[in-house]
Amino acid sequence: MTSYDSLFYVFAAVTIIPAIVTVFHPNILYAALSLFGSFFGVAGIYVLLGADFIAATQVLIYVGGILVLILFAVMLSKNIYGMTFQDEKKKKILPTLFGILLLGFLIKLITTVHWNTTLSEEGPLPTTAALGNLLLTEYLLPFELASVLLLAALIGAIILARSK
Amino acid sequence: MLDPFIVKLFPTLDPMLVIISAILFSPLVGFVIQFFMGEKLFRKGDWVSLGAIFISWVLTLFLFSDFVHSQNAHFKWVMSWPWIALPSFSLGMGILLDSTTILMLLVITTVSFLVHLYSTGYMQGDPRYSRFFAYLSFFSFSMIGLVLSDNLFALYVFWELVGLSSYLLIGFWFEKPSAANASKKAFIVTRVGDVGMFIGILIIFFQTNGLLKFEDIFSFLSKSSFNGEFLGLSLLTLAGLCIFMGAVGKSAQFPLHIWLPDAMEGPTPVSALIHAATMVAAGVYLVTRMFPFFTPEALTCIAYVGAFTAIFSATMALTHNDIKKVLAYSTVSQLGYMMMGLGVGATIAGFFHLVTHAAFKACLFLCSGSVIHALHTQDLREMGGLRKKMPITFVTMLIATLAISGVPLFSGFVSKDMILGGTLSFVSNHPNHFLIPIFGFSAAALTAFYMFRLIFMTFFGTARDSKKFEHAHESPFNMTLPLIILSLSSFAIVFTPLHFWIEQEEIPENIHHLATVLSLFVAGSGILLSYLMYMKKVLNPDTLAQRFKYIYNTLIHLYWIDELYEWAILNNVVRLNNLLAHFDNRVIDQVMVDGWAPVTIQTSRGSGNFDNRVIDELLVDGTGQMVGASGKQTVKIQTGKVQQYILVGLGSVCVLLILLTLIL
Amino acid sequence: MTVELHHYLILSSILFVLGIIGIISRKNSIGILMGIELVMNACGINFVAFSKYIASDFSGQIFALFIFVIAAAEVVVALAIVLRIYQNKATIDIEEVKDLKC
Repeated sequence: MTSYDSLFYVFAAVTIIPAIVTVFHPNILYAALSLFGSFFGVAGIYVLLGADFIAATQVLIYVGGILVLILFAVMLSKNIYGMTFQDEKKKKILPTLFGILLLGFLIKLITTVHWNTTLSEEGPLPTTAALGNLLLTEYLLPFELASVLLLAALIGAIILARSK
Repeated sequence: MLDPFIVKLFPTLDPMLVIISAILFSPLVGFVIQFFMGEKLFRKGDWVSLGAIFISWVLTLFLFSDFVHSQNAHFKWVMSWPWIALPSFSLGMGILLDSTTILMLLVITTVSFLVHLYSTGYMQGDPRYSRFFAYLSFFSFSMIGLVLSDNLFALYVFWELVGLSSYLLIGFWFEKPSAANASKKAFIVTRVGDVGMFIGILIIFFQTNGLLKFEDIFSFLSKSSFNGEFLGLSLLTLAGLCIFMGAVGKSAQFPLHIWLPDAMEGPTPVSALIHAATMVAAGVYLVTRMFPFFTPEALTCIAYVGAFTAIFSATMALTHNDIKKVLAYSTVSQLGYMMMGLGVGATIAGFFHLVTHAAFKACLFLCSGSVIHALHTQDLREMGGLRKKMPITFVTMLIATLAISGVPLFSGFVSKDMILGGTLSFVSNHPNHFLIPIFGFSAAALTAFYMFRLIFMTFFGTARDSKKFEHAHESPFNMTLPLIILSLSSFAIVFTPLHFWIEQEEIPENIHHLATVLSLFVAGSGILLSYLMYMKKVLNPDTLAQRFKYIYNTLIHLYWIDELYEWAILNNVVRLNNLLAHFDNRVIDQVMVDGWAPVTIQTSRGSGNFDNRVIDELLVDGTGQMVGASGKQTVKIQTGKVQQYILVGLGSVCVLLILLTLIL
Repeated sequence: MTVELHHYLILSSILFVLGIIGIISRKNSIGILMGIELVMNACGINFVAFSKYIASDFSGQIFALFIFVIAAAEVVVALAIVLRIYQNKATIDIEEVKDLKC
């Protein structure tokens, strides 16, 4: 087992275990905090995949932006402890069952399909310049559309959240 | 005639194209201006719409005079552009201008202009005055677009647009629940027909590999045919019947005629423009336009639907006391006439009846509007004696009534005569279909009867509601001018320039004479019967009966006593007299004269009941109730909880996957 | 066992299924949002993995970037809605919010 492989398993564990806590923990505050770990794990996975810019963005946007936002929302809605534990537990049995079933099928599918992989032997390269080039040439239109989308979301969120 | 002038203005464009675009788009421009700033303009902007339709009207008159001068019945001008061009198929937009289109344009713009003018008086003081004119302009635009389209797709688009404007205008006074319901009913019932029409268009589209232009379809059919059949009908017949379904909905033919009487909830000018002259004639126009497409089977079906509608709705018009409803049933009946004419192959006759009918029926509606405007009631029983109070309305309405009843010298006589002649010559070739002319002639008799009943009850006799009568007055000039123009165009002589066009269709001489004699006879008997029953009875029914008997007896006395017979045989004479008087009382008076009334009342009540019970309640309301009930059941599945939906979705995916692994 | 493409795919499917379970089972609407974030992350991992192992170019990474953009926009609007619901109903329990039901 190479160090690359062991790193993968470490990061996978860092991703999966907090995700399980996020989904199953009755306290929404703990769930939000453990999501933090999960996002970091995914960033590590990106690094392993040679996508250094994506990994950095993951940390910046998910950890620095989205997660903080979620935490704010949790804090702003006061009765976070008011949710009864029993109800949640009862509701989780059937989805978990279905989920495990679906996961089984997915894993079976992934392992049986022959993936036609072509892995270049080069080591990890800095990807930022290449991504920037692509964004401003081939993907210029989606890039601009994304900015419009963000603007629309910004305005929409302000209008929605502002009290009358 | 106008060409040199236009060439000077637009040197690079085809002058015809300029004229046609101006005709088509000036009402649209009027609509846009009126819709967005009508309220702020002088006189709430009615002059914008009026001016827009006036431009269309004048330009159409130029087109028409060119057409008449050319004396060429097969005149044709086409232009088309690619609109959606894909590798697999392409859709075009284009203009087709031929004799049919020019006549339709003439009808539409003339009636529309006059109705616009009339509305400036009729709708005076309405809170949504400018909105009304905006809708009228929009309707004119859609209707002109409908007749100018050169392909089925564009026609369908405009077809729906006129449906929309009809909906808006029927429900113009939407504060009244009955108007709101009537507008919905009109929209939904015609939609039933439109779905059929859409299916027909799709059949044509797929069978001809994407040809939707009228000319292309006809040239395709001259070379090959549709293959395949359905329920024992060839696909071509079926496509024709589907297209005809659209016409059934729009032209209010049986069994989709139910929306038109209800549509009278709209303002009367709307009834005149949309529900008498133009939009309801769109179905007839469609059948005329697509005529070469219909197979003989489809045409026979069209003829029967038309003939049945004609007689069916004529009986319904007999006993109605709402002046506009009588006219509405009469419109349905006349549209049935046109369909019948087209169905038996007399296309020119059917279409010519559309043109003449548009003039006199619009006139009748506008006259009824004038009466309603004066009395503020639509009930015939509250009218009467208006002849002196409203002389212009009376004279114009009488002229239009003479025209619709088929009295010689008037336009209705010519066109009706042509249709009836067409049915007779059809039957002489196909004796099995003898019912069609029978229906046609009886409907003509009934038409004359109920139209004169309307005239007698409205304008003759004494006022039944003296308070309203005192209040009544002749309408202002801007309302009577359209009446005068329309009634003048109910004279047959107005249509003589079209002689070269009408003459395309030849009916054998002897059959034509037979038709003329028969139609004169039925029209005369209808008018006479109406006169006897309503005019005389209204005056003083008892003395009428007495005087009638007295004249009759005197006649007999003059014949028998004055000459030969002596006192000896006087007994016999008296006995004979008694017998004859008896016969007179029982048979002539009671059975023939009095008996006629209950019979007609019963039949019309029966058909009215059939209409209400079976068509309205069972077919129309029943469908709605069924959908409502099934909706109430299925709504229980909709808990509104998104998570449950996802759970069910996930569960079904799992079940599907299990099934897949079991099978594979 | 060397790490191949299918390892990454299995990782992302686990994350995906966990996210779905979260979406279905959470009563708290913010919890549901967290589930959605997990699903989006799973999606991103898939894109980048395919980009490295099959396409051998950067288009997958570009799509991962766009996922970030969408996620940011979505979470901002969704949280604004959640706060609005909280102001109106004094709860963010998703079962109390059933105005869609007629």
